[in-house]
Amino acid sequence: MSHRTEHVPNGRLRLALHVLAEGEGLPLLVLHGLGDRTGTARPPWSAAWPGPVLGLDFTGHGASDIPTGGGYTPENLMADVDAVLAVHGPVCIVGRGLGAWVALLIAGARPHLVHGVVLADGTGLAGGGPEPPSPHVTSFPAQPSGPPDPYALLELSRDVRPPDYAMDFLRFVVEESDLEAPIVVSARIRPPWVEAVADAVGVIDLPLEEAVAHLARTAT
Amino acid sequence: MEGDDETRTFPGARPPERTGWVDAGGLRLAVNEWGEADAPAVALVHGGFDFSRTFDVFGPMLADGGWRVVAWDARGHGDSEHAHLYSWPADVRDHFCAITALFDEPIVLLGHSKGGGQLLDLLDARPQLARAFVNLDGLPSQFSAPDINDRERRRMRRADLAASLDRRRRRNELRRRPDTIGGLAERRAPMNPRLSREWLEYLVTVGARRDAEGWRWKIDPVLHLGGFGPWRPQWSMEHLAALDLPFLGVLSGVQDDPMGWKSRRDDVAPYLPPGGRLEYFDDIGHFLHIEQPRFIADLVLEFLEPLR
Repeated sequence: MSHRTEHVPNGRLRLALHVLAEGEGLPLLVLHGLGDRTGTARPPWSAAWPGPVLGLDFTGHGASDIPTGGGYTPENLMADVDAVLAVHGPVCIVGRGLGAWVALLIAGARPHLVHGVVLADGTGLAGGGPEPPSPHVTSFPAQPSGPPDPYALLELSRDVRPPDYAMDFLRFVVEESDLEAPIVVSARIRPPWVEAVADAVGVIDLPLEEAVAHLARTAT
Repeated sequence: MEGDDETRTFPGARPPERTGWVDAGGLRLAVNEWGEADAPAVALVHGGFDFSRTFDVFGPMLADGGWRVVAWDARGHGDSEHAHLYSWPADVRDHFCAITALFDEPIVLLGHSKGGGQLLDLLDARPQLARAFVNLDGLPSQFSAPDINDRERRRMRRADLAASLDRRRRRNELRRRPDTIGGLAERRAPMNPRLSREWLEYLVTVGARRDAEGWRWKIDPVLHLGGFGPWRPQWSMEHLAALDLPFLGVLSGVQDDPMGWKSRRDDVAPYLPPGGRLEYFDDIGHFLHIEQPRFIADLVLEFLEPLR
């Protein structure tokens, strides 16, 4: 077992990128769920992955910096992942919960740098649903007590995820990918955006461990 | 830059009579005020890429009409602090922090463009913050193309996504380009095509800073026009219909204004709250209160007269 942490700059913030397994070849990047953080051990379901396994702590989570005054959006977290891509180049991604949503966004935005994605269960998978939730505005003390940032919990749990917005990103992935099925859905809980993605061409269904094995086969 | 003097004047423009700060979740927002401190209050919320000093003519007109006029700079704009992250809900929350920090009772809220759209969302969550609401060309419709945050929330094409991420990768290198007062005015003119050069140059002297290399806009260089995210105009328009307070909406009918929201009377009218009033001017551009400050101030003062 190995664990070391790199620091990746993202604008004025510094992100923690945990190296959970060393190795050669395409890295597997693991994105955690809302309020969660990367663990210190390689996830057991990633056993089939032959290369390095990396885990990113999103902004405001784990060992990454906490911004002042919130302002979180999934698109801002997409830029977190893009900061990793800028340093490490192409990856495959397993996203859990909120990480699954961000994984789909970055795969659509950087289809040549993301070779395959697994969408898995985890906290924050549903977000705020397909339409804005009930109105709510609140603020927190200036100094957060520590991660996870309460602004992140509030803002990212309420972000709106219309299925047609998800489908735009799915199409960007499928149109650019060399793979027959660049997206694998492993989530058992399926909010509307996951349902829409799961039914699309270029998407297959597999349990998480098998999904990682599938990506490992297609990534070589 | 040598030979570029540091002041400009503009007819009717008055610097704030009081300045201060409010805290918004650890971010300092700059506050400017005109008028008697114990007069009934109206808060002015500016639009995207604007700042509170763009009210330097309009604000004093309301103050002279008997109101305490208070405006603050949004995060990353004007003299407020630059933030790590920017989003529409964060701006809405900042407005909430400013209003609750500055006022003990419901006040009149007036928002222009993005500021008007954000107040619409804020009032859906906290209707008792206001006793009246004025929205200057900040009402979206299904045909509208609001400024920065409309684009931020529209479906993005792949090229736009990549360009946006590329820009984020360079954010530590981004600096506002220095120029003369005239040069900065020239560069802002395409965004404000109906404003006079005299006004634009005045705006530079209150919205930019001078350093050894010249004048630079204070706005955070990380901010830019464009972006992405899911958004539907009806999500905001439903908030308009839900208002239960005196409401005045003013729409610019100039369709080729680059910053305009392009909402037409018939787009908005079905969503007006009971007793709500809607004015539509096809000869005034998006910056109604700057293009025609006297006319718009008189309209607002007349609307607010029963509330004094």
